[in-house]
Amino acid sequence: MDNTVFDRIRSDISGNDVILYMKGTPVFPQCGFSAALVQVLSHLGVQFKGVDVLSDPGLRDGLKQFSNWPTFPQLYVKGELVGGCDIVREMYQSGELAGLLDEKGIAYTKAA
Amino acid sequence: MEIADRIRRKLTETFAPQQLVIVDASHRHAGHVGAAAAGETHFEVTIISDVFDGRTRVDRQRLVYAALAQELAERVHALALTTLTVDEAIKRGNSD
Repeated sequence: MDNTVFDRIRSDISGNDVILYMKGTPVFPQCGFSAALVQVLSHLGVQFKGVDVLSDPGLRDGLKQFSNWPTFPQLYVKGELVGGCDIVREMYQSGELAGLLDEKGIAYTKAA
Repeated sequence: MEIADRIRRKLTETFAPQQLVIVDASHRHAGHVGAAAAGETHFEVTIISDVFDGRTRVDRQRLVYAALAQELAERVHALALTTLTVDEAIKRGNSD
């Protein structure tokens, strides 16, 4: 894989505390699983950057390799892959996601 | 059932699961991008196996994705995964 794609991913995930690689945009998700994660992050009131992988096939393929994860969405917090739809939804429901944000010092508005 | 059978065989070989549930949810995604007319594109899989013991959620799912790399490349568009150890499943009251 082209190193420039990996460099771009590294710079994106280190420059954004919470970044969601998704199909479509937060306003117009193109996939139910991506929409579900936008909803989770919105419920928590956490600020995040959404990146549409459908509009960039090179990025989409690069991320699958970079993350060693073949599907989207992919949620990164502080440079680390938290998971896809199942994992993040489960962590949200159990309160672990809020715990992770607390631990990483990331602000969110929803009261615990 | 061809893909579902392959999924069952590979997951059984890799995880020797205590319980394995594979649901073909393709009909709920008919017409979506990635949904083939013949179906077998969207699956919901629950695996209860002690292979997951001591592994993070991300590592567990990577193991499943690795076991099904061929199916994901050929046909399967989405896999919704629940990966539990036997103890976790008992705590959830999920085990039979």
